Amino acid sequence: MGEDIAKPGGLDVPPSVSNSTALPAPLPAASLGDHVVGSFSQVATIFAYEARKLSHDPTELLLRAVQPALWLVVFGSVFSVIHAIPTGSLTYLQFLTPGILAQSVLFVAIFYGIATIRERELGIVTKFLVSPTPRIALVGGRALSASIRGFSQAVIVFLLAIALGVTLNWTPLAILGVLLAIVLGSALFSTLSMIIASLVKTQERFLGIGQLMTMPLFFASNAIYPVSIMPAWLRVVTDFNPLTYLVDALRQLMVPGAAMQFPLGVDFGVLAAVTLGLIWLESLLYPRMAQ
Amino acid sequence: MNHPILETQELTRRFGRIVAVDHVSFQVMGSEVFGLLGPNGAGKTTTIKVLTTLLPPSSGTARVAGFDIVRQPTETRRVIGYVPQLISVDGQVTGYENLWVFSRLYRIPRAQREERIRDALNFMGLSSFANVLVKNYSGGMVRRLEIAQAMMHQPRVLFMDEPTVGLDPLAREAVWDQIELLRKTYGTSVILTTHYMEEAERLCDRVGILHLGKLQVVDRPAALKASLGKPGATLEDVFVHYAGEEVELGGGYREAGRTRRAAVRLE
Repeated sequence: MGEDIAKPGGLDVPPSVSNSTALPAPLPAASLGDHVVGSFSQVATIFAYEARKLSHDPTELLLRAVQPALWLVVFGSVFSVIHAIPTGSLTYLQFLTPGILAQSVLFVAIFYGIATIRERELGIVTKFLVSPTPRIALVGGRALSASIRGFSQAVIVFLLAIALGVTLNWTPLAILGVLLAIVLGSALFSTLSMIIASLVKTQERFLGIGQLMTMPLFFASNAIYPVSIMPAWLRVVTDFNPLTYLVDALRQLMVPGAAMQFPLGVDFGVLAAVTLGLIWLESLLYPRMAQ
Repeated sequence: MNHPILETQELTRRFGRIVAVDHVSFQVMGSEVFGLLGPNGAGKTTTIKVLTTLLPPSSGTARVAGFDIVRQPTETRRVIGYVPQLISVDGQVTGYENLWVFSRLYRIPRAQREERIRDALNFMGLSSFANVLVKNYSGGMVRRLEIAQAMMHQPRVLFMDEPTVGLDPLAREAVWDQIELLRKTYGTSVILTTHYMEEAERLCDRVGILHLGKLQVVDRPAALKASLGKPGATLEDVFVHYAGEEVELGGGYREAGRTRRAAVRLE
Protein backbone atom coordinates (compact mmCIF):
# COMPACT_ATOMS: atom_id res chain seq x y z
CA MET A 1 0.00 0.00 0.00
CA GLY A 2 3.07 2.20 -0.05
CA GLU A 3 2.22 4.09 -3.23
CA ASP A 4 -1.28 5.30 -2.64
CA ILE A 5 -0.36 7.31 0.42
CA ALA A 6 1.84 9.76 -1.46
CA LYS A 7 0.74 13.12 -0.13
CA PRO A 8 -1.69 15.19 -2.10
CA GLY A 9 -2.87 18.62 -1.13
CA GLY A 10 0.37 19.90 0.34
CA LEU A 11 -0.30 18.49 3.81
CA ASP A 12 2.69 17.64 5.88
CA VAL A 13 2.71 13.85 5.97
CA PRO A 14 5.86 11.88 6.61
CA PRO A 15 6.24 9.77 3.44
CA SER A 16 6.56 6.42 5.17
CA VAL A 17 3.95 7.05 7.80
CA SER A 18 2.02 3.82 7.33
CA ASN A 19 4.72 1.26 6.97
CA SER A 20 6.43 0.57 10.22
CA THR A 21 5.78 0.30 13.91
CA ALA A 22 9.32 1.44 14.63
CA LEU A 23 8.76 5.04 13.55
CA PRO A 24 8.95 7.67 16.25
CA ALA A 25 5.75 9.25 17.45
CA PRO A 26 4.67 12.24 15.34
CA LEU A 27 5.08 14.47 18.38
CA PRO A 28 8.31 14.51 20.35
CA ALA A 29 8.40 12.68 23.66
CA ALA A 30 8.81 15.12 26.52
CA SER A 31 11.59 15.36 29.08
CA LEU A 32 10.70 16.06 32.71
CA GLY A 33 11.32 19.78 32.27
CA ASP A 34 9.14 19.82 29.16
CA HIS A 35 6.57 17.88 31.09
CA VAL A 36 6.26 20.46 33.85
CA VAL A 37 6.23 23.43 31.46
CA GLY A 38 3.81 21.51 29.23
CA SER A 39 1.46 20.85 32.13
CA PHE A 40 1.33 24.55 32.99
CA SER A 41 0.67 25.50 29.39
CA GLN A 42 -2.11 22.91 29.24
CA VAL A 43 -3.64 24.28 32.41
CA ALA A 44 -3.62 27.65 30.61
CA THR A 45 -5.24 26.01 27.58
CA ILE A 46 -8.13 24.60 29.61
CA PHE A 47 -8.52 27.94 31.36
CA ALA A 48 -8.70 29.82 28.04
CA TYR A 49 -11.14 27.26 26.65
CA GLU A 50 -13.50 27.57 29.62
CA ALA A 51 -13.31 31.36 29.33
CA ARG A 52 -14.38 31.16 25.69
CA LYS A 53 -17.23 28.85 26.59
CA LEU A 54 -18.44 31.36 29.16
CA SER A 55 -18.08 34.26 26.73
CA HIS A 56 -20.62 32.62 24.40
CA ASP A 57 -23.27 32.59 27.11
CA PRO A 58 -22.65 35.15 29.85
CA THR A 59 -26.29 35.23 31.07
CA GLU A 60 -25.35 32.89 33.90
CA LEU A 61 -22.94 35.47 35.28
CA LEU A 62 -25.66 38.12 35.41
CA LEU A 63 -28.24 35.83 37.04
CA ARG A 64 -25.73 35.09 39.74
CA ALA A 65 -25.93 38.71 40.90
CA VAL A 66 -29.36 38.16 42.44
CA GLN A 67 -28.39 36.08 45.43
CA PRO A 68 -25.64 38.28 46.93
CA ALA A 69 -27.89 41.29 46.39
CA LEU A 70 -30.66 39.63 48.43
CA TRP A 71 -28.31 38.75 51.26
CA LEU A 72 -26.70 42.16 51.50
CA VAL A 73 -29.69 44.37 50.83
CA VAL A 74 -32.40 42.42 52.68
CA PHE A 75 -30.70 40.24 55.29
CA GLY A 76 -27.84 42.68 55.91
CA SER A 77 -30.06 45.75 56.29
CA VAL A 78 -32.48 44.05 58.68
CA PHE A 79 -29.76 42.65 60.93
CA SER A 80 -27.95 46.00 60.93
CA VAL A 81 -31.04 47.59 62.40
CA ILE A 82 -31.73 45.08 65.17
CA HIS A 83 -28.07 44.83 66.29
CA ALA A 84 -28.54 41.13 67.09
CA ILE A 85 -25.03 40.07 66.17
CA PRO A 86 -21.97 41.42 67.99
CA THR A 87 -19.38 42.54 65.42
CA GLY A 88 -17.11 44.70 67.60
CA SER A 89 -16.04 47.96 66.00
CA LEU A 90 -17.43 46.99 62.57
CA THR A 91 -20.91 47.75 61.30
CA TYR A 92 -22.85 44.58 60.56
CA LEU A 93 -22.76 45.29 56.81
CA GLN A 94 -18.98 45.64 56.98
CA PHE A 95 -18.81 42.32 58.76
CA LEU A 96 -21.24 40.67 56.37
CA THR A 97 -19.83 41.85 53.02
CA PRO A 98 -16.75 39.56 52.93
CA GLY A 99 -18.91 36.73 54.23
CA ILE A 100 -21.36 37.14 51.37
CA LEU A 101 -18.51 37.32 48.85
CA ALA A 102 -17.14 34.05 50.22
CA GLN A 103 -20.63 32.55 50.14
CA SER A 104 -21.10 33.59 46.51
CA VAL A 105 -17.77 32.04 45.58
CA LEU A 106 -18.86 28.83 47.34
CA PHE A 107 -22.33 28.70 45.74
CA VAL A 108 -20.99 29.33 42.24
CA ALA A 109 -18.19 26.77 42.58
CA ILE A 110 -20.05 23.98 44.36
CA PHE A 111 -22.21 23.19 41.31
CA TYR A 112 -19.27 23.30 38.92
CA GLY A 113 -19.20 19.50 38.77
CA ILE A 114 -22.49 19.52 36.89
CA ALA A 115 -20.46 20.52 33.81
CA THR A 116 -18.30 17.41 34.07
CA ILE A 117 -21.41 15.24 34.48
CA ARG A 118 -22.90 16.81 31.37
CA GLU A 119 -19.64 16.12 29.51
CA ARG A 120 -19.71 12.53 30.69
CA GLU A 121 -23.29 12.06 29.49
CA LEU A 122 -22.52 13.53 26.09
CA GLY A 123 -19.15 11.77 25.76
CA ILE A 124 -16.93 14.85 25.57
CA VAL A 125 -14.98 13.72 28.61
CA THR A 126 -13.48 10.78 26.71
CA LYS A 127 -11.92 13.14 24.18
CA PHE A 128 -10.01 14.93 26.91
CA LEU A 129 -8.93 11.66 28.49
CA VAL A 130 -7.62 10.09 25.27
CA SER A 131 -5.48 13.17 24.66
CA PRO A 132 -1.92 13.03 26.03
CA THR A 133 -2.74 15.78 28.55
CA PRO A 134 -1.69 14.94 32.13
CA ARG A 135 -4.85 14.37 34.20
CA ILE A 136 -3.69 16.82 36.80
CA ALA A 137 -3.51 19.54 34.12
CA LEU A 138 -7.08 18.80 33.01
CA VAL A 139 -8.34 19.10 36.58
CA GLY A 140 -6.09 22.04 37.47
CA GLY A 141 -7.24 23.99 34.42
CA ARG A 142 -10.85 23.43 35.32
CA ALA A 143 -10.25 24.41 38.93
CA LEU A 144 -8.50 27.59 37.92
CA SER A 145 -11.17 28.56 35.40
CA ALA A 146 -13.78 28.48 38.17
CA SER A 147 -12.22 31.71 39.40
CA ILE A 148 -13.64 33.54 36.36
CA ARG A 149 -17.09 33.06 37.86
CA GLY A 150 -15.70 33.95 41.28
CA PHE A 151 -14.30 37.24 39.97
CA SER A 152 -17.65 38.19 38.48
CA GLN A 153 -19.16 37.67 41.94
CA ALA A 154 -16.49 39.91 43.45
CA VAL A 155 -17.40 42.70 41.03
CA ILE A 156 -21.06 42.38 42.01
CA VAL A 157 -20.37 42.34 45.75
CA PHE A 158 -18.03 45.35 45.54
CA LEU A 159 -20.60 47.30 43.53
CA LEU A 160 -23.32 46.45 46.07
CA ALA A 161 -21.02 47.50 48.90
CA ILE A 162 -20.44 50.87 47.26
CA ALA A 163 -24.17 51.32 46.71
CA LEU A 164 -24.87 50.48 50.37
CA GLY A 165 -22.13 52.84 51.58
CA VAL A 166 -20.02 50.11 53.22
CA THR A 167 -16.51 51.29 54.11
CA LEU A 168 -13.97 48.90 52.60
CA ASN A 169 -10.22 48.77 52.19
CA TRP A 170 -9.40 49.87 48.63
CA THR A 171 -5.58 49.67 48.63
CA PRO A 172 -4.21 47.82 45.57
CA LEU A 173 -2.43 45.25 47.73
CA ALA A 174 -5.65 44.41 49.56
CA ILE A 175 -7.56 44.06 46.28
CA LEU A 176 -4.81 41.79 44.95
CA GLY A 177 -5.08 39.68 48.10
CA VAL A 178 -8.86 39.44 47.64
CA LEU A 179 -8.40 38.23 44.05
CA LEU A 180 -5.90 35.59 45.15
CA ALA A 181 -8.25 34.42 47.90
CA ILE A 182 -11.04 34.11 45.31
CA VAL A 183 -8.81 32.08 42.98
CA LEU A 184 -8.02 29.67 45.82
CA GLY A 185 -11.59 29.50 47.13
CA SER A 186 -13.07 28.93 43.66
CA ALA A 187 -10.49 26.26 42.86
CA LEU A 188 -11.06 24.53 46.19
CA PHE A 189 -14.84 24.30 46.05
CA SER A 190 -15.03 23.59 42.30
CA THR A 191 -12.59 20.71 42.71
CA LEU A 192 -14.61 19.41 45.65
CA SER A 193 -17.61 19.60 43.36
CA MET A 194 -15.82 17.69 40.57
CA ILE A 195 -14.82 15.01 43.09
CA ILE A 196 -18.47 14.53 44.07
CA ALA A 197 -19.41 14.43 40.37
CA SER A 198 -16.77 11.76 39.70
CA LEU A 199 -18.15 9.66 42.55
CA VAL A 200 -21.90 9.93 41.97
CA LYS A 201 -21.81 10.33 38.16
CA THR A 202 -25.47 11.31 37.67
CA GLN A 203 -27.09 14.75 37.73
CA GLU A 204 -29.90 13.77 40.10
CA ARG A 205 -27.64 12.44 42.83
CA PHE A 206 -25.16 15.24 42.30
CA LEU A 207 -27.76 17.99 42.74
CA GLY A 208 -29.06 16.32 45.90
CA ILE A 209 -25.62 16.16 47.45
CA GLY A 210 -24.75 19.67 46.28
CA GLN A 211 -27.85 21.08 48.01
CA LEU A 212 -27.08 19.02 51.09
CA MET A 213 -23.55 20.39 51.36
CA THR A 214 -23.90 24.10 50.71
CA MET A 215 -26.02 25.04 53.70
CA PRO A 216 -23.91 23.29 56.38
CA LEU A 217 -20.74 24.74 54.83
CA PHE A 218 -22.32 28.17 54.89
CA PHE A 219 -23.92 28.14 58.35
CA ALA A 220 -21.07 26.28 60.07
CA SER A 221 -18.70 29.11 59.18
CA ASN A 222 -17.95 32.67 60.21
CA ALA A 223 -19.67 34.09 57.11
CA ILE A 224 -22.70 35.76 58.68
CA TYR A 225 -21.89 35.72 62.40
CA PRO A 226 -18.65 35.62 64.41
CA VAL A 227 -17.36 32.30 65.73
CA SER A 228 -17.39 33.81 69.26
CA ILE A 229 -21.17 33.49 69.58
CA MET A 230 -21.18 29.81 68.61
CA PRO A 231 -21.41 26.86 71.03
CA ALA A 232 -18.10 25.11 71.56
CA TRP A 233 -18.88 22.05 69.39
CA LEU A 234 -19.79 24.25 66.43
CA ARG A 235 -16.55 26.20 66.79
CA VAL A 236 -14.64 22.96 66.35
CA VAL A 237 -16.65 22.25 63.19
CA THR A 238 -15.85 25.67 61.76
CA ASP A 239 -12.13 24.99 62.20
CA PHE A 240 -12.50 22.10 59.75
CA ASN A 241 -14.59 24.12 57.31
CA PRO A 242 -12.46 25.57 54.48
CA LEU A 243 -15.01 28.35 54.01
CA THR A 244 -13.99 29.74 57.42
CA TYR A 245 -10.46 30.39 56.16
CA LEU A 246 -11.75 32.03 52.99
CA VAL A 247 -14.06 34.32 54.97
CA ASP A 248 -11.32 35.14 57.46
CA ALA A 249 -8.85 36.05 54.71
CA LEU A 250 -11.39 38.16 52.82
CA ARG A 251 -12.55 39.92 55.99
CA GLN A 252 -9.00 40.91 57.03
CA LEU A 253 -8.23 42.13 53.51
CA MET A 254 -11.49 43.94 52.77
CA VAL A 255 -12.49 45.55 56.04
CA PRO A 256 -10.22 48.01 57.85
CA GLY A 257 -9.91 47.10 61.52
CA ALA A 258 -11.45 43.63 61.21
CA ALA A 259 -10.63 41.19 64.01
CA MET A 260 -8.32 38.38 62.95
CA GLN A 261 -9.31 34.79 63.60
CA PHE A 262 -6.18 33.26 62.06
CA PRO A 263 -3.09 35.01 60.64
CA LEU A 264 -3.46 35.66 56.88
CA GLY A 265 -0.60 33.25 56.18
CA VAL A 266 -2.51 30.45 57.86
CA ASP A 267 -5.67 31.25 55.89
CA PHE A 268 -3.84 31.20 52.56
CA GLY A 269 -1.74 28.21 53.56
CA VAL A 270 -4.78 26.11 54.50
CA LEU A 271 -6.68 27.11 51.36
CA ALA A 272 -3.71 26.34 49.10
CA ALA A 273 -2.89 23.02 50.75
CA VAL A 274 -6.50 21.77 50.69
CA THR A 275 -6.90 22.89 47.07
CA LEU A 276 -3.77 21.06 45.91
CA GLY A 277 -4.78 17.94 47.82
CA LEU A 278 -8.24 17.94 46.25
CA ILE A 279 -6.84 18.54 42.74
CA TRP A 280 -4.53 15.58 43.19
CA LEU A 281 -7.40 13.40 44.42
CA GLU A 282 -9.66 14.41 41.54
CA SER A 283 -6.90 13.73 39.00
CA LEU A 284 -7.09 10.10 40.19
CA LEU A 285 -10.92 10.01 40.12
CA TYR A 286 -11.52 11.93 36.88
CA PRO A 287 -10.62 9.02 34.54
CA ARG A 288 -13.59 7.11 36.03
CA MET A 289 -15.84 9.49 34.11
CA ALA A 290 -14.89 7.71 30.87
CA GLN A 291 -15.17 4.11 32.09
CA MET B 1 4.04 -6.38 2.70
CA ASN B 2 3.30 -4.45 5.83
CA HIS B 3 3.97 -4.46 9.56
CA PRO B 4 1.20 -4.46 12.11
CA ILE B 5 0.53 -1.02 13.56
CA LEU B 6 -1.59 -2.48 16.33
CA GLU B 7 -1.28 -5.84 17.99
CA THR B 8 -3.23 -7.31 20.89
CA GLN B 9 -2.28 -10.45 22.79
CA GLU B 10 -4.83 -12.28 24.90
CA LEU B 11 -6.41 -8.95 25.80
CA THR B 12 -8.93 -9.46 28.59
CA ARG B 13 -11.19 -7.13 30.56
CA ARG B 14 -13.46 -8.27 33.38
CA PHE B 15 -16.17 -6.36 35.21
CA GLY B 16 -16.65 -8.34 38.39
CA ARG B 17 -17.57 -11.83 37.22
CA ILE B 18 -18.47 -10.75 33.71
CA VAL B 19 -15.72 -11.18 31.12
CA ALA B 20 -16.46 -8.40 28.63
CA VAL B 21 -13.35 -9.01 26.52
CA ASP B 22 -12.04 -12.56 26.65
CA HIS B 23 -8.45 -13.28 25.52
CA VAL B 24 -8.73 -11.33 22.29
CA SER B 25 -5.73 -11.38 19.94
CA PHE B 26 -5.56 -9.68 16.57
CA GLN B 27 -3.39 -7.45 14.43
CA VAL B 28 -4.13 -4.41 12.34
CA MET B 29 -1.81 -3.40 9.50
CA GLY B 30 -0.66 0.05 8.44
CA SER B 31 -3.38 1.96 6.53
CA GLU B 32 -5.81 -0.89 7.00
CA VAL B 33 -9.47 -0.39 7.88
CA PHE B 34 -10.40 -3.05 10.39
CA GLY B 35 -13.98 -3.65 11.51
CA LEU B 36 -15.10 -5.12 14.82
CA LEU B 37 -18.57 -6.60 14.42
CA GLY B 38 -20.76 -8.20 17.00
CA PRO B 39 -24.13 -8.04 18.69
CA ASN B 40 -24.73 -5.65 21.58
CA GLY B 41 -22.73 -6.59 24.63
CA ALA B 42 -20.22 -8.55 22.55
CA GLY B 43 -17.38 -6.42 23.91
CA LYS B 44 -16.74 -4.07 20.98
CA THR B 45 -16.86 -0.82 22.90
CA THR B 46 -14.94 -2.29 25.84
CA THR B 47 -12.20 -3.43 23.45
CA ILE B 48 -11.96 0.08 22.01
CA LYS B 49 -11.90 1.64 25.49
CA VAL B 50 -9.04 -0.62 26.52
CA LEU B 51 -7.09 0.09 23.33
CA THR B 52 -7.57 3.86 23.74
CA THR B 53 -6.23 3.69 27.34
CA LEU B 54 -9.57 4.70 28.88
CA LEU B 55 -9.89 1.35 30.65
CA PRO B 56 -6.98 -0.72 31.93
CA PRO B 57 -7.02 -4.36 30.74
CA SER B 58 -7.46 -7.05 33.40
CA SER B 59 -4.81 -9.12 31.64
CA GLY B 60 -3.10 -9.40 28.28
CA THR B 61 -1.29 -6.67 26.37
CA ALA B 62 -1.60 -4.50 23.33
CA ARG B 63 0.87 -2.35 21.44
CA VAL B 64 -0.05 0.59 19.27
CA ALA B 65 2.67 1.89 16.95
CA GLY B 66 5.14 0.07 19.16
CA PHE B 67 3.89 1.56 22.42
CA ASP B 68 2.56 -0.62 25.22
CA ILE B 69 -0.91 0.70 26.09
CA VAL B 70 -0.49 -0.04 29.81
CA ARG B 71 3.10 0.97 30.42
CA GLN B 72 3.23 3.84 27.92
CA PRO B 73 -0.24 5.40 28.03
CA THR B 74 0.91 8.94 27.24
CA GLU B 75 2.94 7.83 24.23
CA THR B 76 0.01 5.70 23.07
CA ARG B 77 -2.37 8.65 23.39
CA ARG B 78 -0.11 10.77 21.17
CA VAL B 79 -0.41 8.37 18.23
CA ILE B 80 -4.11 7.54 18.38
CA GLY B 81 -7.30 9.37 17.55
CA TYR B 82 -10.71 8.43 18.92
CA VAL B 83 -14.22 9.17 17.74
CA PRO B 84 -16.46 7.79 20.49
CA GLN B 85 -20.01 6.59 19.99
CA LEU B 86 -21.34 9.47 22.04
CA ILE B 87 -20.67 13.06 21.16
CA SER B 88 -17.12 14.30 21.56
CA VAL B 89 -17.35 17.93 20.50
CA ASP B 90 -18.82 20.69 22.62
CA GLY B 91 -21.98 22.44 21.48
CA GLN B 92 -21.27 25.50 23.61
CA VAL B 93 -18.32 26.64 21.50
CA THR B 94 -17.63 27.00 17.77
CA GLY B 95 -16.19 24.36 15.48
CA TYR B 96 -12.94 26.29 15.34
CA GLU B 97 -12.70 26.49 19.13
CA ASN B 98 -13.33 22.75 19.47
CA LEU B 99 -10.31 22.10 17.27
CA TRP B 100 -8.25 24.90 18.80
CA VAL B 101 -8.32 23.43 22.30
CA PHE B 102 -7.16 20.02 21.08
CA SER B 103 -4.50 21.50 18.80
CA ARG B 104 -2.98 22.82 22.01
CA LEU B 105 -3.60 19.77 24.17
CA TYR B 106 -1.87 17.61 21.54
CA ARG B 107 0.93 20.15 21.58
CA ILE B 108 0.95 20.80 17.87
CA PRO B 109 3.73 23.39 17.41
CA ARG B 110 2.40 26.94 17.49
CA ALA B 111 3.61 27.67 13.95
CA GLN B 112 1.53 24.81 12.53
CA ARG B 113 -1.59 25.13 14.65
CA GLU B 114 -3.69 27.46 12.52
CA GLU B 115 -2.77 25.60 9.36
CA ARG B 116 -3.68 22.21 10.83
CA ILE B 117 -7.02 23.50 12.09
CA ARG B 118 -7.78 25.06 8.71
CA ASP B 119 -6.74 21.92 6.85
CA ALA B 120 -8.82 19.68 9.11
CA LEU B 121 -11.89 21.88 8.65
CA ASN B 122 -11.32 21.97 4.88
CA PHE B 123 -10.82 18.24 4.70
CA MET B 124 -14.15 17.65 6.40
CA GLY B 125 -15.93 20.35 4.40
CA LEU B 126 -16.64 22.53 7.42
CA SER B 127 -14.62 25.66 6.58
CA SER B 128 -17.65 27.90 6.17
CA PHE B 129 -19.05 26.77 9.54
CA ALA B 130 -15.83 27.26 11.52
CA ASN B 131 -17.24 30.13 13.57
CA VAL B 132 -20.73 28.74 14.11
CA LEU B 133 -21.59 27.34 17.55
CA VAL B 134 -21.61 23.55 17.27
CA LYS B 135 -25.04 23.29 18.89
CA ASN B 136 -26.35 24.66 15.58
CA TYR B 137 -24.64 21.95 13.49
CA SER B 138 -26.55 19.04 11.90
CA GLY B 139 -25.81 15.48 13.06
CA GLY B 140 -23.66 14.80 10.00
CA MET B 141 -21.67 17.99 10.52
CA VAL B 142 -21.09 17.08 14.16
CA ARG B 143 -19.72 13.69 13.09
CA ARG B 144 -17.42 15.30 10.54
CA LEU B 145 -16.18 17.81 13.11
CA GLU B 146 -15.45 14.93 15.47
CA ILE B 147 -13.41 13.21 12.79
CA ALA B 148 -11.60 16.49 12.06
CA GLN B 149 -10.81 16.80 15.75
CA ALA B 150 -9.59 13.21 16.00
CA MET B 151 -7.28 13.45 12.96
CA MET B 152 -5.81 16.90 13.47
CA HIS B 153 -2.72 15.55 15.23
CA GLN B 154 -2.27 13.00 12.41
CA PRO B 155 -2.75 9.84 14.47
CA ARG B 156 -1.38 6.53 13.23
CA VAL B 157 -4.49 4.70 14.33
CA LEU B 158 -7.99 6.14 14.41
CA PHE B 159 -10.61 4.40 16.56
CA MET B 160 -14.24 4.94 15.64
CA ASP B 161 -17.05 3.53 17.71
CA GLU B 162 -20.21 3.24 15.56
CA PRO B 163 -19.15 6.13 13.29
CA THR B 164 -22.46 6.46 11.45
CA VAL B 165 -25.05 5.56 14.05
CA GLY B 166 -27.96 8.00 13.95
CA LEU B 167 -26.97 9.55 10.61
CA ASP B 168 -29.22 9.78 7.57
CA PRO B 169 -28.11 7.88 4.42
CA LEU B 170 -26.57 10.95 2.80
CA ALA B 171 -24.55 11.92 5.86
CA ARG B 172 -23.49 8.30 6.22
CA GLU B 173 -22.15 8.26 2.65
CA ALA B 174 -20.23 11.45 3.36
CA VAL B 175 -18.62 9.96 6.48
CA TRP B 176 -17.67 6.80 4.57
CA ASP B 177 -16.03 8.89 1.86
CA GLN B 178 -14.08 10.82 4.48
CA ILE B 179 -12.82 7.64 6.15
CA GLU B 180 -11.58 6.32 2.83
CA LEU B 181 -9.97 9.62 1.96
CA LEU B 182 -8.30 9.73 5.36
CA ARG B 183 -6.73 6.33 4.85
CA LYS B 184 -5.63 7.24 1.34
CA THR B 185 -4.24 10.65 2.22
CA TYR B 186 -2.53 10.00 5.51
CA GLY B 187 -2.14 6.23 5.60
CA THR B 188 -4.12 6.22 8.84
CA SER B 189 -5.20 2.81 10.08
CA VAL B 190 -8.83 2.79 11.15
CA ILE B 191 -10.43 0.46 13.67
CA LEU B 192 -14.17 0.82 13.71
CA THR B 193 -17.06 -0.94 15.37
CA THR B 194 -20.34 -1.18 13.58
CA HIS B 195 -23.75 -2.79 13.55
CA TYR B 196 -24.21 -2.13 9.87
CA MET B 197 -23.08 -4.96 7.58
CA GLU B 198 -23.10 -2.71 4.52
CA GLU B 199 -20.76 -0.33 6.34
CA ALA B 200 -18.38 -3.19 7.09
CA GLU B 201 -18.49 -4.39 3.47
CA ARG B 202 -17.97 -0.97 2.05
CA LEU B 203 -15.10 0.15 4.29
CA CYS B 204 -13.28 -2.72 5.92
CA ASP B 205 -10.30 -4.59 4.54
CA ARG B 206 -10.83 -7.17 7.24
CA VAL B 207 -13.43 -7.73 9.90
CA GLY B 208 -13.37 -9.54 13.22
CA ILE B 209 -16.57 -10.91 14.70
CA LEU B 210 -16.87 -10.68 18.47
CA HIS B 211 -19.36 -12.76 20.40
CA LEU B 212 -19.60 -12.90 24.20
CA GLY B 213 -16.21 -11.22 24.46
CA LYS B 214 -14.44 -13.75 22.27
CA LEU B 215 -13.09 -13.04 18.82
CA GLN B 216 -14.73 -15.76 16.71
CA VAL B 217 -13.06 -15.12 13.39
CA VAL B 218 -10.96 -12.54 11.52
CA ASP B 219 -10.74 -12.31 7.74
CA ARG B 220 -11.60 -10.33 4.63
CA PRO B 221 -15.35 -10.00 4.10
CA ALA B 222 -15.15 -11.86 0.79
CA ALA B 223 -13.21 -14.72 2.34
CA LEU B 224 -15.67 -14.97 5.22
CA LYS B 225 -18.60 -15.16 2.82
CA ALA B 226 -16.84 -17.82 0.74
CA SER B 227 -16.02 -19.84 3.85
CA LEU B 228 -19.68 -20.54 4.50
CA GLY B 229 -19.66 -22.68 1.34
CA LYS B 230 -23.09 -21.41 0.41
CA PRO B 231 -23.60 -19.58 -2.90
CA GLY B 232 -24.75 -16.00 -2.52
CA ALA B 233 -23.91 -15.84 1.19
CA THR B 234 -23.98 -12.31 2.60
CA LEU B 235 -22.07 -10.76 5.48
CA GLU B 236 -25.30 -11.02 7.48
CA ASP B 237 -25.15 -14.78 7.02
CA VAL B 238 -21.55 -14.77 8.23
CA PHE B 239 -22.57 -12.68 11.24
CA VAL B 240 -25.41 -15.03 12.14
CA HIS B 241 -23.14 -18.01 11.66
CA TYR B 242 -20.52 -16.77 14.09
CA ALA B 243 -22.54 -14.67 16.50
CA GLY B 244 -25.38 -17.16 16.55
CA GLU B 245 -28.16 -14.60 16.36
CA GLU B 246 -29.87 -12.17 14.07
CA VAL B 247 -28.30 -8.78 13.46
CA GLU B 248 -30.02 -6.57 15.97
CA LEU B 249 -29.94 -2.81 15.93
CA GLY B 250 -29.82 -0.67 19.04
CA GLY B 251 -28.92 -1.80 22.53
CA GLY B 252 -30.90 -1.80 25.73
CA TYR B 253 -33.00 1.02 27.11
CA ARG B 254 -30.03 2.73 28.67
CA GLU B 255 -27.93 2.67 25.53
CA ALA B 256 -30.80 3.80 23.35
CA GLY B 257 -31.47 6.66 25.73
CA ARG B 258 -27.88 7.80 25.77
CA THR B 259 -27.39 7.57 22.02
CA ARG B 260 -30.53 9.45 21.19
CA ARG B 261 -30.06 12.06 23.85
CA ALA B 262 -26.53 12.64 22.67
CA ALA B 263 -27.72 13.05 19.09
CA VAL B 264 -30.36 15.60 20.03
CA ARG B 265 -29.06 17.46 23.03
CA LEU B 266 -25.78 19.10 22.21
CA GLU B 267 -26.58 22.23 24.07
